[in-house]
Amino acid sequence: MEREEIRRDEFVSMYRLMFKIRTYEETLGQIYYEGKTPLFDISKGPIPGELHLSSGQEAAAVGVCINLRPDDAVVGTHRAHHFAIAKGVDLKKMTSEIFGKKTGLSKGKGGHMHLFDTNVNFSCSGIVGASFPQAVGVGIAAKMQGKDFVSIAVGGEGAANQGTFHESLNLAALWKLPVIFVIEDNAWAISVPKEKSTSISRNSERAKAYGIPGVYVDGNDVIGVYEVAREAVKRARAGEGPSLIEVKTYRFRGHFEGDPQLYRPKEDLEMAKQNDPILKLEEDLKGKNIITEEEISRIKEEIETEIKEVIEFARNSPYPEPQEALEDVFTGGD
Amino acid sequence: MARKLPMHKAISEAIAQEMERDPEVFIMGEDIGTYGGIFSATTGLLQQFGVERVRDTPISESAFIGGALGAASKGMRPIVELMFVDFFGVAMDQIYNHIAKAHYMSGGNLRMPVVILTAIGGGYSDAAQHSQCLYGLFAHVPGLKIVIPSNAYDAKGLMISSIRDDNPVMYFFHKGLMGIGWMPSPPEAANEVPEEPYEIPLGKANILREGQDATVVTVSRSIYEALWAAEELNQEGVSIEVIDLRTLVPLDRDTVINSVKKTGRLLIVDEDYRSYGMSGEIISTVTESGVSLKFPPQRIAYPDIPVPYSRVLESFALPDKAKIKDRIKEMMR
Ligand SMILES: Cc1ncc(C[n+]2csc(CCOP(=O)(O)OP(=O)(O)O)c2C)c(N)n1
Repeated sequence: MEREEIRRDEFVSMYRLMFKIRTYEETLGQIYYEGKTPLFDISKGPIPGELHLSSGQEAAAVGVCINLRPDDAVVGTHRAHHFAIAKGVDLKKMTSEIFGKKTGLSKGKGGHMHLFDTNVNFSCSGIVGASFPQAVGVGIAAKMQGKDFVSIAVGGEGAANQGTFHESLNLAALWKLPVIFVIEDNAWAISVPKEKSTSISRNSERAKAYGIPGVYVDGNDVIGVYEVAREAVKRARAGEGPSLIEVKTYRFRGHFEGDPQLYRPKEDLEMAKQNDPILKLEEDLKGKNIITEEEISRIKEEIETEIKEVIEFARNSPYPEPQEALEDVFTGGD
Repeated sequence: MARKLPMHKAISEAIAQEMERDPEVFIMGEDIGTYGGIFSATTGLLQQFGVERVRDTPISESAFIGGALGAASKGMRPIVELMFVDFFGVAMDQIYNHIAKAHYMSGGNLRMPVVILTAIGGGYSDAAQHSQCLYGLFAHVPGLKIVIPSNAYDAKGLMISSIRDDNPVMYFFHKGLMGIGWMPSPPEAANEVPEEPYEIPLGKANILREGQDATVVTVSRSIYEALWAAEELNQEGVSIEVIDLRTLVPLDRDTVINSVKKTGRLLIVDEDYRSYGMSGEIISTVTESGVSLKFPPQRIAYPDIPVPYSRVLESFALPDKAKIKDRIKEMMR
């Protein structure tokens, strides 16, 4: 592969985005426990229900999405905040949605697992494996409309054992659709480790069975992810068909907030944290003199301020009126 | 000896006792082994029975639920857990077209002693794909028995009967009844459970409270809303009979009809969607029986909308004590 230069502004954007995602997730991870202590009750607090955070997995989303345009689609999973942020979903509206507010992306109807931002072609859902065929459909639309937008199907390594994954790979390959399958291998599907759920060690190998390129990349190296994704996006845009990228990553938090995590050894997490993708990028950029210590502090400050504003906006937004529950089942009323 | 148990312990105890009794009984599902089940319905089973009989599966519902059919065809008695009923879609063909129909299509040659264990219910902001009840959907297809326990005592007896039944049974536990600590649950759902195994026959409703003025028919968590409403209405001089159906298939139509004969008023409370479901079935049953009513039959069911996320929207939609009281008062006018 011919190495293209990565522009300075791209490096800085990637760093900004990764830091933004981490700050956002860790902030939500704190707010989630408001109203839920000392006795944890999932129905209480400003963010009730399940919350699946993506800390540790930032590079997968950023490395892929930095290559995308607003008209490209990303179909995410139950753990989707990182992809949503990297795709440019309106963060105020997204946060309000997670707080169940009227100013949210879906006026409080969707919630954290069901984020839809049609402006940037982002969606996600709580059904594992649902993203793959939907992304394939976006690819069909691109072909039929004669346009060069591409589609990203995100799934965890757990999701890659659903029938939908295999059906979609075949269909995308058969019809040469502009779809990129991104498998985030964070080692665990709730309590089940990859080696106990998957008959081979890499899903990228499975791509071969469908006659499409499959690569396995280090998800702590955002530059590596970026380069691989750039290639796949280029292929897709040029009408050369789908590819699969499996990103080796790790989730720093529980499967959902409140997960006692008795199934995984603490040392694994400690080890993963030593390979923190954000710290790694920071070191890289400083080492190559792409960014200075001062610039980094300034970026961090700016982002912390932005996240504060976003949270404040969500907190201060009104709840929907109760009877709004009955609206939006059909378009054009019932 | 009986002791007070939360519903999740009653379920895992029933499964453990049946696994001890019958080596053909085994269980498969996501996070049912090491984790002990996301809602703790299978806690301790892996430690007691090992990985052969307590199988953590990949996220491949179609494979392991369809697999239950194949195993049953060779004489095994599989229990499979579908983590949330909302995930049924990915395995619906195996459930609806195969497990439910194999006995009939084979002219009675193939037995299907399969239990599908699944979590239902909302009330904690888990939104449209993790909060549904959907038992009405499964009750609709011929060939599936539908079990919906409302308390620990029933949960154990109904689970044992379900495992011993030679037909496919779908067993729906409400997350908000399990008593798992992190999810609110009415304290009444944890009740006295005998240590020894016992069966509760499928198809026998339970009259939880006797009354003269109106019959409230319901299942699952809504039972407590109905009982709380009945208690308060009693203070106001209105006497309510509350019936826990326990199973939708088979359905104990006689108990419902006899009660309405006595009270002349019928209200169904249902956390499942309103249209084409349990509430309509009960009203038809009573209407068809020709019982004369003092007030048109009523229902408080989940409106025909996907479950919204925001707390205010969800509480608007859920059946609750206040809505039941208001409706009964209207019926008494
Ligand atoms: C069809 C379906 N089955 C099961 C679940 C429950 N569930 C939610 S997330 C999850 C694990 C997913 O693992 P993976 O795909 O690796 O993603 P990760 O959570 O690790 O990001 C499971 C089993 C679901 N939501 N949908």
